[in-house]
Amino acid sequence: MEGTRCWQCGQPTAGALFCPSCNHLQQPTSDYYKFFGLPQKLNLDPGDLQKRFYSLSRQLHPDRFTRSTPTERQYSLEATAILNDGYRVLRDPVSRAEYVLRQRGFDVGEQRSKDVPPELLEEVFELNMALEELKVGDESAREQLEESRARFRSMRDEVDSQLQQLFVRYDESADQDSANAILQEIRGVLNRRRYIRNLVDQVERELAA
Amino acid sequence: MSSTFQIDFSAAHKPVIVGIDLGTTNSLVAFMDLTGPKVIPGPEGERLVPSIVSVRQDGEVVAGNPARQLLIEQPDRTVYSVKRLMGKGVSDIGEELRLFPFRIAEGSESVVRLQLGDRTFTPPEISAHVLRQLKQNAEAYLGRPVTQAVITVPAYFNDAQRQATKDAGRIAGLEVLRLVNEPTAASLAYGLDKRKDGVIAVYDLGGGTFDISILRLHEGIFEVLATNGDTHLGGDDIDNRLIQIALEDIQSEWGEDIGKNREAVQLLRRAVIQAKEELSFVPVTKIELEYQGKAYRRELTRDLFEKLIADIVERTLGPCRDCLRDAGLSPEQIDEVVLVGGSTRIPLVQKAVETLFKARPHTELNPDEVVALGAAVQAGILAGDVQDKLLLDVTPLSLGIETMGGVVSKLIHRNSTIPASATEIFTTGVDGQRNVLIHVVQGERELAKDCRSLARFDLKDIEPMPAGMARIEVRFLIDANGILNVSARDLRTGKEQSVDVKPSYGLTDEQVEAMILESYEKAEEDIRERQAREARVEADTIMNALEKAKQNDAWLELTDEERRTIDEALNRLLMVYHSDDHLLIRQSIEHLNNVTMKLAENMMNSAVSNALKGTKL
Ligand SMILES: [Zn+2]
Repeated sequence: MEGTRCWQCGQPTAGALFCPSCNHLQQPTSDYYKFFGLPQKLNLDPGDLQKRFYSLSRQLHPDRFTRSTPTERQYSLEATAILNDGYRVLRDPVSRAEYVLRQRGFDVGEQRSKDVPPELLEEVFELNMALEELKVGDESAREQLEESRARFRSMRDEVDSQLQQLFVRYDESADQDSANAILQEIRGVLNRRRYIRNLVDQVERELAA
Repeated sequence: MSSTFQIDFSAAHKPVIVGIDLGTTNSLVAFMDLTGPKVIPGPEGERLVPSIVSVRQDGEVVAGNPARQLLIEQPDRTVYSVKRLMGKGVSDIGEELRLFPFRIAEGSESVVRLQLGDRTFTPPEISAHVLRQLKQNAEAYLGRPVTQAVITVPAYFNDAQRQATKDAGRIAGLEVLRLVNEPTAASLAYGLDKRKDGVIAVYDLGGGTFDISILRLHEGIFEVLATNGDTHLGGDDIDNRLIQIALEDIQSEWGEDIGKNREAVQLLRRAVIQAKEELSFVPVTKIELEYQGKAYRRELTRDLFEKLIADIVERTLGPCRDCLRDAGLSPEQIDEVVLVGGSTRIPLVQKAVETLFKARPHTELNPDEVVALGAAVQAGILAGDVQDKLLLDVTPLSLGIETMGGVVSKLIHRNSTIPASATEIFTTGVDGQRNVLIHVVQGERELAKDCRSLARFDLKDIEPMPAGMARIEVRFLIDANGILNVSARDLRTGKEQSVDVKPSYGLTDEQVEAMILESYEKAEEDIRERQAREARVEADTIMNALEKAKQNDAWLELTDEERRTIDEALNRLLMVYHSDDHLLIRQSIEHLNNVTMKLAENMMNSAVSNALKGTKL
């Protein structure tokens, strides 16, 4: 956006949301980090992010452009949609990491993660047994399920702290190659996390039923 | 309230934007004056305009209080609670048809058509008549034209219901600048943001809908965290419960089922509503009905009333718990609770809310007016007069597209702050395919058939190429009104891709345009007709006077020439008398007036001289 000029007065905007010369709203960037004025880091301060979100909302919301030209009204609508979408993505560490992966060209499609990670094979086998027993009315399986839930939860916490460490390493990475290597690692951990989360959800559903 | 609203005095000459609460039972219009939001009263000083529309025998459509009178006299030509039908087809109003005397006409598949006399109306047209009444009240009160409005809708309204409300505004000649969710509007009216930052819950039990919203207030920003509700739950359900019981009583007392008699049921409806309202203030009351010489009387205690409606009140608590869960909060974290809607006057409702949220609810503002007042504040925000507040609302339902096997792929999740968007890339499945059809649904279920069909979007005129080669990026954008906009781009050419929208429910743009035109023509016709009628009344007056004058001596004192001129002028007036052109009639009246000037003078003189003679005698 650096080379862009204002649609209204033709002066260079240097990528600003509002033209420095005439103050008209410009076509917004769709890059969430740029939009929030943040460097592409995986660790973000939630309080700071929220502050930016509120401040940008005040400036960009369609309510502020009722009496403006159709172009500005359209830009306001687009900008606010990007702002809201971006806030939703960036405030959650997992969706934030997935966003950065996608921006960097990694494939993070909706993997059904049917393949059980090998280290979880035994756990999943036992879980399925317990679920079967519960279905046929064996209440003693409930206890086993509760144990499984506790185990899966602690696994999830473990994965989360692993992610946290990778985030720090990514943010401190010196060059593109090492950054990409860390992203590759993050991608693997996210897949594992997705799988564990599904297990937790499944057990919780069964226990609630 | 004056200190609550920061007003920009320089803005006093901008066109006014009104705030409208288009309710199931009653509607209100409000505006922002220099001290804060104010409800605009009607010509009789009434603040509530009943959401009732009636077609009189002479074909004139009336709304509000005049229509309310006709509800008993001509129930077949009168309709109420039409908000329950907004944005719906005949297949999804089974429950409404069981409980309300709607008469459905042919061709109601995608839009309900109501039969009133020999005419049919869609719900947006009916609502437009109520809106027109509110617009007129506002124009009379403010002394200037009103063409822009903020209209409130239940937070849980889907896309079609929102679109129908916007259509109603357009048909009534109002540019709807924003649809605001009713509970959010109510929170604006309370101005709670001035007291402190915190979390508030708004419990809104209206005539026909129930909404719950949880908001975070922070330095004037009202951020909705989650919303939930039931568009089939409201005060009407309480009334229907009481009517049912009374009908059974009457059946056993009189040996007669009056349930099929519309007039009797309307009288009974009034009676139970009165009893219900009284029970909010006294512990015991009576339901009384006199009909065709028979009388029905039944004592009703608050205790029994509460037992009768307990399950209805309980049904509101499920959505409240879900809303708390979605907001990620426990009841203890709710700082304030606001009550909205007439049904929240019921002590049992207040008790239930207080127990759930562990906070004493706010009831300072009139629950019937608080939504309209909030709509006026939002109007002030849009006008730029209120600069210290901003609403960030959410979409109540997830938006998704139907994929293989009828499974829904969610694109925008419920409780996402709006405006919100999502993009998807579509391609073709067979060689040379020219169209791609996208079925968009709203709802939380896994299968498209269990969700609400919103529209089918047809990506047209795709360049023929081998299967899977086309790359069309479709952007789904929910705007600040909660209404979906879809645009598409061919990624290979970068060009805009044309999209044909087929809404599943509701009116097409062309239909709305036709209704706007028709309403203008009708309004113009009405005005012309009225002006001609008024001119004829004036003509009658002058012709009667002339008739009398011809008996007077003064007539004989005129020359033959003068008398002939007058008779010619009279004939001219008689010739145009039945024309519908009021200007022509008035010209002839004026001409007759001019040529009878001397006659009038002579009569005056003779009257004076007669009077003088009289005093002498
Ligand atoms: Zn500029």
